[in-house]
Amino acid sequence: MKHTLRQVFRSGKFLFGFSIFVSLVLIVLIYPLLVPDDPLRILGQGTFFPPGIYVNTYDSINTSTKYTLNLPNADVRRLESKLSQEDRLAMREWLIAAGIAESEIDIENTSSLLALWNSNYDPKKSIPGMTNARRNYFIRLNNSLKGLTMAGDLVVASKNAESGGLEDLGVVKDTDYVNISEVANVRLLLLGTDNFGRDMLTELVTATRVSLQIGFVAGLIATLIGLTLGLLAGYVGGIVDDIIMFFTNLFTVIPSFVLLILISYSLGQEQRGAFTVATVIGFTSWVWTTRAVRAQVVSLRNRDHVNLSKLSGHSIAHIIIHDILPYIASYVVMALILQISSGILAEAGLSILGLGPKTTEVPTLGLIMRWAMIYQAHIQGNWWAYLPVLVTIALITFSMNLMNTGLDQVFNPALRD
Amino acid sequence: MAKREQICLEARGLTKVFGFGRNKTVAVDHVDLTLYEGEVVSIVGESGSGKTTLAKILLGLINETEGEVYFQGQKRDIRSYRQKQEYWKNIQAIFQDPFSSYNIFNKIDSVLLDCIHMRGGRRLPYEKKVELMAEACRFVNLKFEELTNKYPFELSGGQMQRLMIARIFLLKPRILVADEPTSMIDACSRATILDMLMQLRNEIGMTVIFITHDIGLAYYVSDTVYIMERGRFVESGSADKVILTPSHPYTKRLISDVPKIYEEWDLSTV
Ligand SMILES: Nc1ncnc2c1ncn2[C@@H]1O[C@H](COP(=O)(O)OP(=O)(O)OP(=O)(O)O)[C@@H](O)[C@H]1O
Ligand SMILES: [Mg+2]
Repeated sequence: MKHTLRQVFRSGKFLFGFSIFVSLVLIVLIYPLLVPDDPLRILGQGTFFPPGIYVNTYDSINTSTKYTLNLPNADVRRLESKLSQEDRLAMREWLIAAGIAESEIDIENTSSLLALWNSNYDPKKSIPGMTNARRNYFIRLNNSLKGLTMAGDLVVASKNAESGGLEDLGVVKDTDYVNISEVANVRLLLLGTDNFGRDMLTELVTATRVSLQIGFVAGLIATLIGLTLGLLAGYVGGIVDDIIMFFTNLFTVIPSFVLLILISYSLGQEQRGAFTVATVIGFTSWVWTTRAVRAQVVSLRNRDHVNLSKLSGHSIAHIIIHDILPYIASYVVMALILQISSGILAEAGLSILGLGPKTTEVPTLGLIMRWAMIYQAHIQGNWWAYLPVLVTIALITFSMNLMNTGLDQVFNPALRD
Repeated sequence: MAKREQICLEARGLTKVFGFGRNKTVAVDHVDLTLYEGEVVSIVGESGSGKTTLAKILLGLINETEGEVYFQGQKRDIRSYRQKQEYWKNIQAIFQDPFSSYNIFNKIDSVLLDCIHMRGGRRLPYEKKVELMAEACRFVNLKFEELTNKYPFELSGGQMQRLMIARIFLLKPRILVADEPTSMIDACSRATILDMLMQLRNEIGMTVIFITHDIGLAYYVSDTVYIMERGRFVESGSADKVILTPSHPYTKRLISDVPKIYEEWDLSTV
């Protein structure tokens, strides 16, 4: 027994899968201690804020210490960040139409592009084939560029409550810096926000926890049912076997996912807590385990060690627990791992169809996917709303299947390479 | 020699069919067998002749397709598991393959403890149990102190079969079915094990069904011999009669197959 365990932990595949899985579990357990936020709390007004560090502008202007840093290219960088790629392409289009040689225009070099634009652009110049709307667009673009190149400081003012006039509070120069650690409110949104403005990372971690729980409950239920029925059918045999196998065959013929959809649908949104969904998944996926366990038990029950146990006066229950179960334990563990990962996938599938757990209580991996899909994150290119979820699901199932392969190789030496 | 007075176990028309249709195998085919109290009966046959199947039917481990077994004059009724458990207090076995006979998850002392418990010794103080186990181990030349906390698979094949005999020593059944107890064991330990078995049999006076493919061995240990060919008994009678004056060609073949160890080996023909 100890020996097998040692062998299991020597298997590279198992160890690799196991460490991925354990890391995931550790993150899920430790993260809430560090960031004790409600995962469903809405932080942002608006949808899909991109990942990054969010610095409060109000606080950064109001910090007591201001630092002046003269960094080279600060102007250029500022300009570059304000001039979008779309604007640059439009500018080039106008310049070419106005007769400037294409080789002279470098849209990546912001300052030369601006210089070229300022020396050439003339709103009155008529360009053949250009619509009025397009002409107006260029006029607007030109006006906005004027603001860009505007030099000078920003004045911060507050409204005087009595006179209604503005009072100077201070001046923000273009060389002013704040130290981010001195700003009162800074928020790291490593994965941005979702469509509701909720912190994606916190939500994802909670969802991973809930999905793992769903997987465990579903897997445990399926394995327990499968194990019990398989043991009964395999060991007791006769009419018990016939009845159990009748139902097993019945459920084999009906695709379990269809059954799952029907049951979830008939339960209704309000009845579907995460635990209920897990239970339903568990109760629709025991068939495979039953068949596998039964097959194993049938081949075990006529072995001589079972005969010896009978001859030693043991009861049927004792024989099942001591002479059959330990021999199929490794098999059952592998079935359990598979059931857990397929339970997680089943939840994701259900949720994407809108039949998952109700959306108001807890996030799950499937629900995040559903929200991202409904709000078209994949079309708008908001990768942070779905990619991390996909990676998490992939990591969970990958690590579990890897553990299974590792176990398989330990328990079935014929598969070892 | 046999006390041919009381019939201990009797089989009438015992048949076992495995599978059906094209896969049908008649492993045991209308076998009649009479076992008298205290005798040693050998069942001899080639591999696949149905010896193990017959043994398991007699043991009540598999159900016969047809036929009856009478145990101590009464028709054996072991339909319920409880009845089987009662029956197994009287009949025990040593299996052919020691390597698959033990539960690999149980330690050796639990094997022996089970036997003490089966004999009603569950309430005995632990020291007494150890004493009994040690005595049984001593009988088969094993050291109990070295066996505790060991697993059966840590023993050699011969040691495992000796442990099996130690079980029988503790259980003291009326009937023992020994299914080729020495076939998986090297020739050296074979004699030791046979001697132990015979000594045990003399000590507790049990009836023995000895199954073997080696007719010489059967002659050496048994009072009565049954020759089995493809599920049927083709010849039976006292050991002397069957082996010294065989009548069936199959028996003759079996006898001629025994290597004549007293003759010189003719190396030129090899
Ligand atoms: N569980 C079973 N299912 C189907 N056929 C079986 C089963 N057990 C035994 N048989 C068949 O019954 C026949 C007799 O087998 P059995 O094990 O009784 O032979 P045996 O005389 O003990 O042989 P050996 O000397 O090799 O142990 C064989 O043809 C075997 O294939
Ligand atoms: Mg056999």
